[in-house]
Amino acid sequence: MNHFPEAWGRPRNDVYGVYDASHLQSSMPNQHTQSPIVTGTSVVALKFNGGVVIAADNLASYGSLARFTDIERLKQVGTHTIVGAGGDISDMQYLHEKLLDPLIIKEEYQNDGHHLRASHIYRYLSKVLYHRRSKFNPLWNTLLVAGWDDGKPFLASADLLGTTFSAPALSTGYGAQLAVPLLRRICPDEAAVENITREQAVAAVEECMKVLFYRDARSLSKYSLAIITREDVESAEGETKERVNIEWKKDIELQNQSWKFAEGIRGYGAQVV
Amino acid sequence: MFRNNYDNDSVTFSPQGRIFQVEYALEAIKQGSVAVGLVSKTHAVLVALKRNAEELGSYQKKIIGIDTHLGVALAGLAPDARVLSNFMRQQSMSSRLLYSRPVPISRVVNAIADKAQVNTQHYGRRPYGVGLLVAGVDETGPHLWEFQPSGMVLEYKGAAIGARSQSARTYLERAFEEFVDSSREELVLHGLKALRDSLAQDKELTVANTTVSVVGIGENFKLYDGDEVGEWLEKLGNVQSSRGGRTGEEAAESMDTSE
Repeated sequence: MNHFPEAWGRPRNDVYGVYDASHLQSSMPNQHTQSPIVTGTSVVALKFNGGVVIAADNLASYGSLARFTDIERLKQVGTHTIVGAGGDISDMQYLHEKLLDPLIIKEEYQNDGHHLRASHIYRYLSKVLYHRRSKFNPLWNTLLVAGWDDGKPFLASADLLGTTFSAPALSTGYGAQLAVPLLRRICPDEAAVENITREQAVAAVEECMKVLFYRDARSLSKYSLAIITREDVESAEGETKERVNIEWKKDIELQNQSWKFAEGIRGYGAQVV
Repeated sequence: MFRNNYDNDSVTFSPQGRIFQVEYALEAIKQGSVAVGLVSKTHAVLVALKRNAEELGSYQKKIIGIDTHLGVALAGLAPDARVLSNFMRQQSMSSRLLYSRPVPISRVVNAIADKAQVNTQHYGRRPYGVGLLVAGVDETGPHLWEFQPSGMVLEYKGAAIGARSQSARTYLERAFEEFVDSSREELVLHGLKALRDSLAQDKELTVANTTVSVVGIGENFKLYDGDEVGEWLEKLGNVQSSRGGRTGEEAAESMDTSE
């Protein structure tokens, strides 16, 4: 069998002489992304009464190598929304620089009082992701979209297949296995959101980031956290208007780490049973 | 035979700085029957007078629903209005599909304005021969826009286009203070009174020739046609023009319209 695709379906050389392939393209056929290269790990987010908190560490791994330690994986999109990305970092950068930034510029340029809110951006991203997977060239990301929408906190997930779902506590990647069960202890369903304070939510997410750093070998102790809340501001005409406030905490270090649990781990590592 | 040498296409200015083809397109609106639009703080209403080409014929549709939050009333060439309203429906659908957002009224109005303006700047094209009143509700509240074939769009509290529309505008200008704060029902009745005032002396509003539509905050676009208009006409009472005699200005205006 001849393994060069350009030879397939052509007259056999041993029968008809050497085929003149000069008119064919000399390179191999186009290939799409088969796997992510430089990757980010989990994004963790939780709704609370009056807002959403979202966090992601600052690491971009090259395989198992901790290649870049200053990557921001949470980004504000428009006035109401934070998009957190796990998976391929270059695809995340493409999403922001080539799609979302121009989209927001186009939207705000109209200057007509309309803004793309979290649910609008979420819908747009999920359509882009599904479109790309349908071209067999997916953007290799799992996204969390957090924001304020229509008088309520908003949190939803979209992935490289275009799968979409929403929950009051969400996480991507390894965090979907480790962090979500922890978050669901304080937030089992949408009704529970009302009873969670901002302080509780931030503490729960910080705790999750710590657990993830303990157990996720592709994670970092340095991370960013954003808190989206709503505040009432008084306009010039004396009307009270709703404004979305996004508070950033960047380059924060995990506090009060305790590796005591590691001594009890058996089954892998240096020790012999 | 020709009025002048500068009206053969829509790209050439006359020495007076006018583009006659565009002005003729604006005249086409005045050939159409009247359409009235008005907004309160909660609702936007369109009412219009339908015409039938002949006694046994059906009436030409005057109000076209675009989406659940948006509709248009037309005066002028109905086929041109169909093209524009189909385009608006596409814009509306794509906004819902791509952003799950009902298209903002000002955006869709500006989109058709851009289409119309292009026609005034390309050789071999003609301007649209139709004026539209676009009524809808979006996140910034109820809106009424007027669209003209010149590519001009303006937002109004109350507007009227089509034959004898000056009488309706006169009514709206007088009633404006009242209807900005009025209820849904009062707003429709104000619209019908404005429409009634632009009727010719021997004409009256009937279930056959009157069409009404309402859209409000938290309320879908609703078109009242045929028998459904009956309830509104009952509430209105008098279905003939309440103006005494015609004023000289209005009489002069109606001379060059075929009523």
